[in-house]
Amino acid sequence: MNDQRLEIIIGNLLRAGVLLAAVIVFAGGVLYMAHDHAHHVDYHAFMPGGDSTRTLPGIVNSAFQLNSEGLMQLGLVLLIATPVARVAFAVVGFALERDRMYTVVSLIVLAILAYSLLHAT
Amino acid sequence: MTAFDFTLVVLAVSALAGFLGALTGLGGGVVVVPALTLALGVDIRYAIGASLVSVIATSSGAAAAYVKEGYSNIRIGMLLEIATTLGALAGAIIAAHVTTHAIAIVFGLVLLQAAYQSFSSKHDAGSIVKSDTLGRKLRLGGNYPAENGLQDYGVRNVPTGFGLMFGAGALSGLLGIGSGAVKVIAMDRAMRIPFKVSTTTSNFMIGVTAAASAGVYLSRGYVDPRVAMPVMLGVLGGALLGTRVLARARVRTLRLVFGVVVLALAMEMIVNGILGKV
Repeated sequence: MNDQRLEIIIGNLLRAGVLLAAVIVFAGGVLYMAHDHAHHVDYHAFMPGGDSTRTLPGIVNSAFQLNSEGLMQLGLVLLIATPVARVAFAVVGFALERDRMYTVVSLIVLAILAYSLLHAT
Repeated sequence: MTAFDFTLVVLAVSALAGFLGALTGLGGGVVVVPALTLALGVDIRYAIGASLVSVIATSSGAAAAYVKEGYSNIRIGMLLEIATTLGALAGAIIAAHVTTHAIAIVFGLVLLQAAYQSFSSKHDAGSIVKSDTLGRKLRLGGNYPAENGLQDYGVRNVPTGFGLMFGAGALSGLLGIGSGAVKVIAMDRAMRIPFKVSTTTSNFMIGVTAAASAGVYLSRGYVDPRVAMPVMLGVLGGALLGTRVLARARVRTLRLVFGVVVLALAMEMIVNGILGKV
């Protein structure tokens, strides 16, 4: 296993993740249009939404009830997870190459991402 | 405006931004945010939230293609991501404590830089150098496919590059953009990494950097699915199309046109920010 081969595998996995995310967002979008296409929208004033778009349990719950906003948001969360997965794969890849220095480096990046995502949501 | 009209307009604008962003290498975010805020009156927080997720989509979606070219250097990327993710976290936290006017003005300044970059022609310094002590210790050097076989390169000034990358991350977290331009400057100019290696490595760093501030954005409600849905789908579609035609396009003329558009957007962002309209 060398860097390049590993990277290509990871790259293909990421593309699959992005496609899946896009499909879920699109499905949510179709549902949203079907229900609310005639609604008047105005985003002049900032009003943060509820738990169903801002916390992971809320988003998952809303998506499984086939709520359009929850579904779109679930796709976006999946998208946000793709770079995190990429770093996690790199940790494994460097460990397999017995490259201790870069296993630690990628673990640090993973820890920062985990802190950000878990702490924030 | 009805939800249908809004979605359609944002989808079209985002597709165009993604297309031009891919062709010029400046990314889609720099056009999407001003377009949403200036033309459609969307609060800048929704705009940067939507832009940030679209940045992740283009970075992750193109990763496989870039790797196959054999230019990106995962060690350099991973090491510098420590700096960009910390910077992004800082930027996202700062974003909550400054006014939207201030964000608009900083955004305008970044656009000015992007416009300047579009006008100035590319120089390839042909920077084949030996790594300095730290670069060697960190095993950052590598090789890339050149006209006559694999070309080795070294890496220098790691601390300077690291510092610049923290700044790039902070801008990304504050403005919801990929800030690929600053990343390339850090690698190409400061660390003397060949231009092709810098740009492709920057592309994969962009997604990881954006993910670091995405959690903060999400929990604050900056990512509204009704706005982010058309932006993400549009930018992704446009960018995929852009990379397809990249080989055949006359990029130089395009960069000039794009530069003029970005310059105009920069002025409007700054003026509106100062007048307190954004």
